[in-house]
Order: sequence, then C-alpha cells, then structure tokens
Amino acid sequence: MAMTFDQNANDDVADFLLEHEERITEDWLRAGFFAQHGGQEPEQARADCRAVLAAVADAARTGRAHDPAAPGFLQVRALLGDLVAMRTRHGESPSQTALELSRLKQPVLDLWTRHRRGDDDLTAHAVLLSTALDTLRLAVVETALSAGADIIAYQQQQLMELSTPVIKLWDNVLAVPLIGTLDSARSQVAMESLLQAIVDHQAAVAILDITGVPTIDTMVAQHLLKTAMAARLMGAECVISGIRPQIAQTMVQLGIELGEVNTQGTLADALAYALRRIGLLVARAENA
Amino acid sequence: MEARVVTIATELDIVRVRQTVRDIAVRGRFSLVEQTKLVTAASELARNALVHGGGGEVSVSAEPAGPGVRVRLVFVDHGPGIADLDQALTDGFTTGSGLGLGLGGARRLVDEFHIESTPGRGTTVTISSTSGGVVR
Amino acid sequence: MRPTGAVPVLTLGDVVLVSIQVELHDELALRLQQDLAERVAATGARGVVIDVSAIDIVDSFLAKVLHDISATAAMLASTAVVVGIRPAVAITLVELGLPLRGLRTAPSVDVAFTMLGVRQSAGSPASTVPPPAAEHPSSDVGRGRRENVGAHEQLPPSPRVREMG
Repeated sequence: MAMTFDQNANDDVADFLLEHEERITEDWLRAGFFAQHGGQEPEQARADCRAVLAAVADAARTGRAHDPAAPGFLQVRALLGDLVAMRTRHGESPSQTALELSRLKQPVLDLWTRHRRGDDDLTAHAVLLSTALDTLRLAVVETALSAGADIIAYQQQQLMELSTPVIKLWDNVLAVPLIGTLDSARSQVAMESLLQAIVDHQAAVAILDITGVPTIDTMVAQHLLKTAMAARLMGAECVISGIRPQIAQTMVQLGIELGEVNTQGTLADALAYALRRIGLLVARAENA
Repeated sequence: MEARVVTIATELDIVRVRQTVRDIAVRGRFSLVEQTKLVTAASELARNALVHGGGGEVSVSAEPAGPGVRVRLVFVDHGPGIADLDQALTDGFTTGSGLGLGLGGARRLVDEFHIESTPGRGTTVTISSTSGGVVR
Repeated sequence: MRPTGAVPVLTLGDVVLVSIQVELHDELALRLQQDLAERVAATGARGVVIDVSAIDIVDSFLAKVLHDISATAAMLASTAVVVGIRPAVAITLVELGLPLRGLRTAPSVDVAFTMLGVRQSAGSPASTVPPPAAEHPSSDVGRGRRENVGAHEQLPPSPRVREMG
C-alpha cells in the first residue's frame, strides 16, 4: 500500500496529536483499551497512552502512517504486547480488544474536526489521521498474533519434553518409555534427553521402550539407531525393547536393520538384561 | 545482518573458524546439539578449503528466520577445484588425509548445503542452519 | 580454550592417561598421537585412557586421530579407552557418519580403569565397577555376580589412583 502525504500535512497532524495530548489521553482512557485492569495504576495507564500517542505522531511525521513496521510503532510494540496480554489474562476476547481499539479513533477525529473548523483543507489531514490510527490497530493485532505464535511454539516444545520422560530404573540403568506416534522431532528430543540423562546418571545401560508406539517410519527408526550409536560412543549401552511384531515386519520391509543394537522382547526382559549387565543377580528370597 | 570474514591460511585458522562460528551460533540461540553440528561442519569445510583449496576464507553471517536465527557460512577457495562433485560428496572419497567424510559429512550436519566448483578456478561451499527448530 | 603448546601425558602405573583440556588444532592432535605411541612403547602400558570430556567438538580429523591412537595402541599390545564423549559430540559424530565402531569408550575415567583391569584405591576393596558397557554388548552377559552396583560414582577432578604397577 503506497500512500503519500505531503510533509506539511504530516507535520500538521503530528503537531496536532502532541498539542492535544492531554485531551486525547482523557478520551482514550475512557475508550477502554488503556483503562486499568487489576494492578494497573491510573498513572501507568496515562503514561502508556502518551507513549502510544507519541508513536502515532512519530509515524505520521515520518510519512509512514500506513506502515505498522514504522520505527514509531516498533518502539511501542512491547508495550502493546503487554497491554494485549494483560487483557487476555483478564479473560477478554480478541474481538472485544479489537472493538476497544476501534474506539480510539473516533474521539481523535472529532477533536480534529472541532479544532480545524472552517479550514478548507480538512480531507487529506483527516485521512492521514485516520490511516495512522488504523495502522495502530494493525500493529496491535500483529503483536498479538506473534505473541500467540510464540506461545504455541513454546507449548509444543514443553509438550515434547513432557512426553519423553527419562526414568531411573536402577543405579546406572535408565529407561525412556515412548508412547504414542513418534515423529522425527519427538524422537530427536527423546534422543537428546536420553543421552543427557546418561551423563547425569552415569548410566551403563539405557533402555528405549517402544511398547506404546503403534507405528514407526524410516526416519524414526534411524533416530533410534543413531541414539544407540551415540550412547555407545559415550560408553553406555542402549537397549531397545517392546518392538511389536507388526513394527518389526514394517522395519524389515523398509530395509531397516537394528543389527548393531541390542533388542529385548519386553521392558522386563530389558531390565533383567541390564541388571545382569551391571553385575547384579536377582534371586528369590529364602523365606518368601 | 552482520558478517564476519575469517581467513583460512593455516591449521590454527581452522580453530579460529570454529570459535567464530560457535560464537555466532551461541548468540543466535542455537541449542547445544545444533551448535555442535554447525561448528563441526564448519571445521570440515575449513579444513577442506585449506587442504584441497590451498587456503581461502569463510564469511559468517546471521539473520532472523522465523522464531530463530539463520547462520550462513560461505567458504571460498581458489584452489584446483573439484572435477567430479558427486564423487567428492561420496563417503570415503578423499584426496588428502582424514576419513574422507569432509564434504558429505558436513552436508549431513546442516539444513542447507550448496557447492559450486570450477576446475582450475576454485570451490565455493555455502551452508546454513537455523536455530529454534528441533525438526531438521 | 586457547590453542597451546602440548597436551601433558601422565603415566599412572601401567596406564597412560591424558586429559585433553585445550582446543586441539591438527598439529597438536598429531603430536599427541605420536607422544602416546612412544609412551606406550616405552612403558609397556597395558592401557591408554583419553579423557575428552572437556572437548566440545570432534570433527572427522580428530575422530581419525582417536581411531588411529586406538589402532596403534592395539598394535603395541595395549588398549585405548576414550572417556567422556559429550552427548552433543556423540550425536554429531553419528550424524557425520562416524560411529567409530572399533573404539572402546567409557563414561568416566573410573570405569575406564576398571575396564583395563586396574584396581582403584587401596582404601576401598569393594570398588568393583560394572564391566565395560560399550563395544561388545552381549559378550559377558550373566557371567556371574558382582558386588557394589552403585560404584559408578564420579571421581574427583583428578583421579586418585594408588597402588599400581
């Protein structure tokens, strides 16, 4: 969108906004978006208002009233993000926020009309003012969207870590029970957390149990294989247990061999193996 | 976008390349594994430029990419070039010391790998990796 | 880590121990390889323990050096054990296509010494540590009872190794 206004109009509008800072601030505080929520101090809301107003004025003056990436808007991006986040925390819906934002525009336009009554050249200025305030709204929406994307990415990461716990079965014996469909990202996370746990626990044997995994593709099988090889480089042995018959068949059909990796039927078999491996004997107690 | 250039003329420069790339990867919030892969690839390619290209240079740059940072390395040498790229990218192929995994190995460690070579003119290898994604 | 002169090689009884604490440039790595071979030949050491836990990158060159040290040691009737490869380094080596199959590895210097059949300390007679976990996964399954399972505790920074040779 290329929109140009002459510099005089830019300066006029910017000056107008700054000159009427007090009045616009009062109107905006009534409009809702800046109104205090919970712990928000009235003085703080007022300061936020002034900062945002200065940003709009700056965007207008630099001829970038249409550009949400203008330096003026970028400067208040963090502030806008905080305001939106605060409203979201108080259970406000995005459409409510958008509505409040749209209410910021009218009082400023009204003020402009009263201020320049009798002036012939109102239109261009009013359009510029209107554009700047629309862009402010756009900037807020963009900020909110990117905050949402960040949260989703963060939660995905958390979910991934949650879904691959590393369990200490015995001194020097670890297990990772994998459950559900493994994708490449998840098996990579499982691999990295298992290897780190090997260091943390000085593990001699690490068991990857895939009893709860319904299917495996080539990529995931490769990850399992790589985990076993990496564990060996670190001086530990990796055992894979719980391979279902149909998975074994699929793997053979895909041409995947686990030749170098120790496989055990069940997690119990794997634990028994691991205990023998670290030199432990499991025996029935005499009086049991 | 910042770019740093490191000259590759001696074996000590390989260490300097590794340190420079590590530095940029850390600032780009690469995970430890992502860092290690990228630095290792850089080490392979720097040695390749030194041993086979008679020395050269690498430019290291970083730019925002999605939620993370993309680090791009461009290795340039003016050596004899590589006549058969397919062969050079095959594991086990080597004309010098090492295990012959330099180019092919480096390719497996990064997100993007591009090589251009003109016999008699030299070789340019461009690699990049992006932080913040566990998916490769 | 800054590149420096040489990597100190220690002899402890009949084991040669080296802990790499500097960023290895190629020449330094080759010198270490040579120093180790000479030391093993001169002392008739039964084992070579290489602690790489401070190393944050192993490329194909250094991997070949480790491989060659191991092969050379074997030729001199000795056994090399590489200790403390970091997870990120291990993943990278595997991705690189270098799983270093012939290499013997251990999680700590402690375990490496046990693998080499070296007694740990006069003060703790029962410090039998689990057998080598790596290389031949199924070779000594169920070979019999060992005591003191929890003996994987980490050594203090410099291994106390007494009563040897």
